[in-house]
Amino acid sequence: MTTFRNRVQDAFATGVPIAIDRGARGHYDKRVKAAAVFPQMEDMRDRARVIRAEVIASLDEVLAEFADAVAARGGKVFFAADAAEANDYIVNLARAEGVSRAVKVKSMVTEEIELNAALEAAGIEAVETDLGEFIVQLAGEKPSHIIAPVLHKDRYAVGELLAEQLGVPYTDDPTELNDIARKHLRSRFLSAEMGISGVNMAVAEDGAVALVTNEGNGRLCTTAPQIHVAVMGMERLVRTRDDLAVILEVLARSATGQGLSVYTNIVTGPRRSGEPDGPDQFHVVIVDNGRSATLGSRVAEILYCIRCGACLNACPVYRHVGGHPYATTYPGPIGKVLTPSLYGLEEWHELPATSSLCGACQEVCPVRIDIPKLLVELRQQSTGHMPRSIRVGLAGFAWVSTRPRLYRTLTRFVAFFGRWWSKDGWLRHVPFLLRGWRIDRDVPAPAPETFNDWWRKRGA
Amino acid sequence: MPVQLFVTCLVNSLYPDVGKATVALLERAGHEVEFPVDQTCCGQPSFNGGFAAEAKQQARQTLDVLDATEGPIVVPSGSCAAMIIHHNPELLHDDPDYLAKAERVAARTHELTQFLAADGDPGTPVAGAATTTYHASCHALRWLGVLEEPKRLLDDAGVDRIELAGEDECCGFGGLFSIKAPEVSGAMMNTKIDQIEASGAEVVVGVDVSCLLHIAGGLRRRGSTIRVRHVAEMLAGDAE
Ligand code: SF4
Repeated sequence: MTTFRNRVQDAFATGVPIAIDRGARGHYDKRVKAAAVFPQMEDMRDRARVIRAEVIASLDEVLAEFADAVAARGGKVFFAADAAEANDYIVNLARAEGVSRAVKVKSMVTEEIELNAALEAAGIEAVETDLGEFIVQLAGEKPSHIIAPVLHKDRYAVGELLAEQLGVPYTDDPTELNDIARKHLRSRFLSAEMGISGVNMAVAEDGAVALVTNEGNGRLCTTAPQIHVAVMGMERLVRTRDDLAVILEVLARSATGQGLSVYTNIVTGPRRSGEPDGPDQFHVVIVDNGRSATLGSRVAEILYCIRCGACLNACPVYRHVGGHPYATTYPGPIGKVLTPSLYGLEEWHELPATSSLCGACQEVCPVRIDIPKLLVELRQQSTGHMPRSIRVGLAGFAWVSTRPRLYRTLTRFVAFFGRWWSKDGWLRHVPFLLRGWRIDRDVPAPAPETFNDWWRKRGA
Repeated sequence: MPVQLFVTCLVNSLYPDVGKATVALLERAGHEVEFPVDQTCCGQPSFNGGFAAEAKQQARQTLDVLDATEGPIVVPSGSCAAMIIHHNPELLHDDPDYLAKAERVAARTHELTQFLAADGDPGTPVAGAATTTYHASCHALRWLGVLEEPKRLLDDAGVDRIELAGEDECCGFGGLFSIKAPEVSGAMMNTKIDQIEASGAEVVVGVDVSCLLHIAGGLRRRGSTIRVRHVAEMLAGDAE
């Protein structure tokens, strides 16, 4: 695999779309405004954190309660240990029921398990119905943001894509673009035999799953087809409807600055006798795929995440590079912890290192996940991947640091010889270790006299 | 009671003038300043890089030196103060002897501007009317809540201060981050410098020399005439 650094270089060479920075800042500003007019925000964040922390601390029990409640309502629950098991279950179900087309509501966990590819391989058409996700699918790309999949494209790029792929006249008018997509999708909604959704939060006490969307597609996908399959990460639970209410208070505000998203669907089981509509079958696929291991690790706190995307919007690294250089389903701060903890540091040790630990993510996270602390934890587990020069340099510096006399001598030596390396207080050559700085930064030189020496002379 | 100065390794070697300005400010406010000469590096670079063993060695050294003193400990750096106040107790949680020391020392430690502001330092008017703007360093801002204190001190000293749009956005330094991911780090720095240039300020000030050296390095490369100063230097009347 290419390195994060290569991918960033590539992204910079082709130009990171301005839309990324603008979009992320736009969402960030909306969150700030929404929090400002909601005095309970900080209190709700505290409560949301406690709710999620308690669920994660007793996840086995909460999962069992949820599974029983779904079954009691006539739904089926399947526990998938990994992506393959989840995909197999859904593909087999589709085959057994003669499904030829499935409509999907945007769901990151189905991106994570690459469900669309599995369905297509089995000859089943998977149609993304969320406008952004539909565009990403048409373009053959990956989402660049967990709640705004098409953040990297502006409306002109979308207009060109639709004209090219759907053979419609070019337009960049958002309403017209919406109409084009809607017309295209409508017939597919009506003919699909299966609807597939993610789950924003599942409720253990009554087996309900909550879906928040801003387009009506979620409602259609979960009611029109005869079969509804809801796919969820193993940790996406609250105990009660009251707890769900607290999460919803902070979720949309953090994500898009809305008090509540336009559609909040709460689905409890298949259609019951006497009900006019709804699916005949309701399946919940609960995906582990590395989550059990995360649960038992030192970064289990990352499982509190409610996938609002606020940390991406706040993150200066994300704003500058967009989602694609992360090369994982979950970009940004959440992804830097989640990806290595789900798939292993061996392959993903780079991600925790690509943070300045500025803390902007933690400042906005609705469940107050201490992301910088988790990043440091993962760094501690992957120091072996650091360049040797850094490892040796830091070990040497630490050794010297515990020997104050030697430290004073060496810093005095550096101060003395610094004059040959420098001009007007700046190094004449950027040292090799800082070679990445050469393009746009100079490096200050050591001062001719250390503070320590100045102080001791002053006292003398 | 004396005030203990923890000057930080960067100030010691790169910016001793910041240390001298800090001494001047503390003495002006009527404090007797002591400087424990056996202090070295607080261990923050190791800690942030994930090198816990190295960070512990440095933290223990720092704690041994500081715990043997008395009085408040003042640090002219937000990130090093945050290391001593927040991260040392985390780092040493499984080392009972040093955990106790870490907690005692943490309770005595203050970032410089917070210490001066709490002191009720009336401020001495500083000469020269260069327009100044404040960049909020991340660790000072988010781990210690430093934001209003340096601004108020500057205002009280009669500094012509303008607000910096995006003041709370990271300058992209992040220690090892700038070495591991120099392109992103540089892009962040360039955004920061664009914001500083757009502000119209002649001087940009901050409370952390690590961020300041990064910003200064980028400004110099651009050939900018904007000066970079630590808040202590500004307040001590040393803006040139
Ligand atoms: S880590 Fe926090 S801010 Fe980021 S997506 Fe998850 S809940 Fe939202």
